[in-house]
Amino acid sequence: MATQQSRSAARLMMAPAVVLLLGWMLVPLTMTLYFSFKKYLPLRGGDLGWVGFENYARFLTSSAFWPSVQTTLVIVGGVLAITVVLGIFLAILLNQPMWGQGMVRILVIAPFFVMPTVSALVWKNMFMDPNYGLLAHLWKLFGATPVEWLSQASLPSIIMIVSWQWLPFATLILLTAIQSLDSEQLEAAEMDGAPAHKRFAYITLPHLGRAITVVILIQTIFLLSIFAEIFVTTGGAFGTKTLSYLIFQRVLESQNVGLGSAGGVYAIILANIVAYFLVRIVGKNLDA
Amino acid sequence: MARSIAPRRKAINTLLAWSIGFLIFFPILWTILTSFKTEATAIANPPVFIGFDWTLENYQAVMERSNYGRFLWNSIVIAGGSTILGILIAIPAAWSMAFVPSKRTKDILLWMLSTKMLPAVGVLYPIYLLFIRMGLLDTKIGLMIVLMLINLPIIVWMLYTYFKEIPGEILEAARMDGATLREEVIYILTPMAIPGIASTLLLNVILAWNEAFWTLNLTAAKAAPLTAFIASYSSPEGLFYAKLSAASTMAIAPILILGWFSQKQLVSGLTFGAVK
Amino acid sequence: MGRITLDKVSKSFGDVEVIPPLDLTIEDGEFTVFVGPSGCGKSTLLRLIAGLEDITSGQIRIDSEDATNVPPAKRGLAMVFQSYALYPHMSVRKNIAFPMKMAGIDQAEQDKRIDAAAKALNLTDYLDRRPGQLSGGQRQRVAIGRAIVREPAAFLFDEPLSNLDAALRVGMRLEISELHERLKTTMIYVTHDQVEAMTMADKIVVLQAGVIEQVGSPLELYERPCNKFVAGFIGSPKMNFIEGKEAANLGATTIGIRPEHISISTTEGQWKGTVGVAEHLGSDTFLYIHADVSPNETMTVRVDGEFSARHGDTVYLTPRAERIHKFGADGLRIE
Repeated sequence: MATQQSRSAARLMMAPAVVLLLGWMLVPLTMTLYFSFKKYLPLRGGDLGWVGFENYARFLTSSAFWPSVQTTLVIVGGVLAITVVLGIFLAILLNQPMWGQGMVRILVIAPFFVMPTVSALVWKNMFMDPNYGLLAHLWKLFGATPVEWLSQASLPSIIMIVSWQWLPFATLILLTAIQSLDSEQLEAAEMDGAPAHKRFAYITLPHLGRAITVVILIQTIFLLSIFAEIFVTTGGAFGTKTLSYLIFQRVLESQNVGLGSAGGVYAIILANIVAYFLVRIVGKNLDA
Repeated sequence: MARSIAPRRKAINTLLAWSIGFLIFFPILWTILTSFKTEATAIANPPVFIGFDWTLENYQAVMERSNYGRFLWNSIVIAGGSTILGILIAIPAAWSMAFVPSKRTKDILLWMLSTKMLPAVGVLYPIYLLFIRMGLLDTKIGLMIVLMLINLPIIVWMLYTYFKEIPGEILEAARMDGATLREEVIYILTPMAIPGIASTLLLNVILAWNEAFWTLNLTAAKAAPLTAFIASYSSPEGLFYAKLSAASTMAIAPILILGWFSQKQLVSGLTFGAVK
Repeated sequence: MGRITLDKVSKSFGDVEVIPPLDLTIEDGEFTVFVGPSGCGKSTLLRLIAGLEDITSGQIRIDSEDATNVPPAKRGLAMVFQSYALYPHMSVRKNIAFPMKMAGIDQAEQDKRIDAAAKALNLTDYLDRRPGQLSGGQRQRVAIGRAIVREPAAFLFDEPLSNLDAALRVGMRLEISELHERLKTTMIYVTHDQVEAMTMADKIVVLQAGVIEQVGSPLELYERPCNKFVAGFIGSPKMNFIEGKEAANLGATTIGIRPEHISISTTEGQWKGTVGVAEHLGSDTFLYIHADVSPNETMTVRVDGEFSARHGDTVYLTPRAERIHKFGADGLRIE
């Protein structure tokens, strides 16, 4: 259904979205690149001239850099693994016949609506506080010494908080996918003598492929930029400094815009590497 | 056809699912319960679940401490405004991609999505500078624009997947019936895609409502939404669980209720067309 | 008025030429059917006329005005789609009113035309329903109603009956034919079903691979198919083709004989064969025969009324000599 007229109309109608996003991408990116080659300290003299690649070198060699990249990847990978695995389990469970399925769905989806600042605050104070937190009470109940979650097990704690927020998303998408699975396929496999675990491995799991792809894609996009959870809980201490957070500290806390911008460029490169792989997977799996 | 399932198995499923559902929901439930406790009961050891004297004093305290109404209003305006702005820009774009696809359509979609992967911190300072220069810092309109831009790829993609489900023949019929492009979009496409547009709206209101990087970093007093309202409770100066809970409940309640009412539409939209 | 002229019209998708340059004139008031196997370009040709696709080269004229670059909305044509393409969110009344609303026709006139169309199409009781609440045949009628009220220069039908069940199809076929008799408006009708073509058309255009094989009235095509393809495509059951010596005797590479032009006997005749399957319909009997002259393909014979024969019976076939079609090595008809 494409005539010359509709094609040019299409270009025109796509233009606002494309131009806006292009501007949103290019303008700040150019400015970030510009600052990254400068010594720029807004509160201590402002623009102090060009410094070439000094910021890049400093950022790369700073002791915080590689750990922050590692932290970022651990958080993203950890949350993805937990939400996908638990999500598949929960989706299968919720797809079973039961009483009050709608109500359970409502309970399960709830964390998705909670703003990250709130969930971080609630978890930090009311659950993970070593004195008054509910988990501390639980530990004491069994005679154990309460864990100081956010300092002793800071990274797993954050992964847990973020997983709690994203598990509903994964579960519901996977549940929708499972519900769309033709039950005749499973029945045919059952007639062919396939036991339950093989039916799962050879029919259910492949059927979920596209849904899992979407879960991974969307979550990665949001997880790469998690901020509030760290800002509120540890403030980047105890090895929870992600690359994003490190840059945030350089720019806002130390007010070193040049250095932070160089970090920003690194973060953009990292995001692009991740995006490249994601797009390759997704491009294959989604008939976009 | 569904086979009859042994009642025992159904009972086990029910028990297991409800337990897990309860566990997942528990932090929210606990927050809501705590918001009705006194500060002393809130940190009581062992913790008290239901049997306490319910009080509204925390809500009063929170209201006195900060102007909840203004934060709420800012949240509504920013989330709603950015979503409407986004939809208006995204509908034509999604129309183009769904009904006049070209070889580049898929690339453009993926490119749009990849702009969402650009780390916000990387461009925070430039945006901050631009906002100061343009007088947008700490304004609702400024935040609306930024949140619209960060969610635009998602809106376009969701609408695209919905539009693709609409048979092209119907739009062609409209064209044969003498409708101009504008009339085709207004009278035929949009009403047919109402469910899809509604769930796109919803998801974006939720995303914008909960967005906590730009809303924290680009606002101060005037335009601060509920994310900032709640962040002010993260300061360590004496923690009050009950008041924190009351504030948290007030921050999440509007969107939680909206979300619950619309969860069916929302879920279908979230799958991004990957699941039929 | 609705005279449509295609002048060296061609269409390519990328490097693939789906319709090589072709000329065709559809006279005002004519019922023209484009027929051909699926993928022959008949729907594409219709969409070119509608303006839903650009032509790659050539010119389309509607009433001798160049319409090549006129958008579909402005060509004054109405189209009935295979899927009916009704607007699901509008009532039947609003569906039918939509083209008039777009044309800015005043409300009183709209109501008048809707009532007339609804009456003609038996839709009066359904005007306030949504398309989803209608049966397939009713939806089809709504689609036609929506086309009628515009009073177009020509109607374009894109396989409009293919989604209906067999019984309904016959009824709708008659309704459309009657509509044409009444309105006397040009109609272009696309179908892959040669029965529809034969029964409805004033003029049939047989297409294959984007090329017009033959244009003519149904009987012209039946009696004098200009090549083997048309001969095989038009007529039901299909024409029998015989090659080899039998054809060479008549100075042809292939000869064709329709099933209804063969007489059958259990005792004597020109060609000997055995019965494979016999279908007894009461009114006719169809026999599928393994004949010696056609070793590779079964021959079909149609006998009026009942003819008792069973699998394995030996029969003799005699073609009516004046009804034998002769084709050369290039597939073209030899006179």
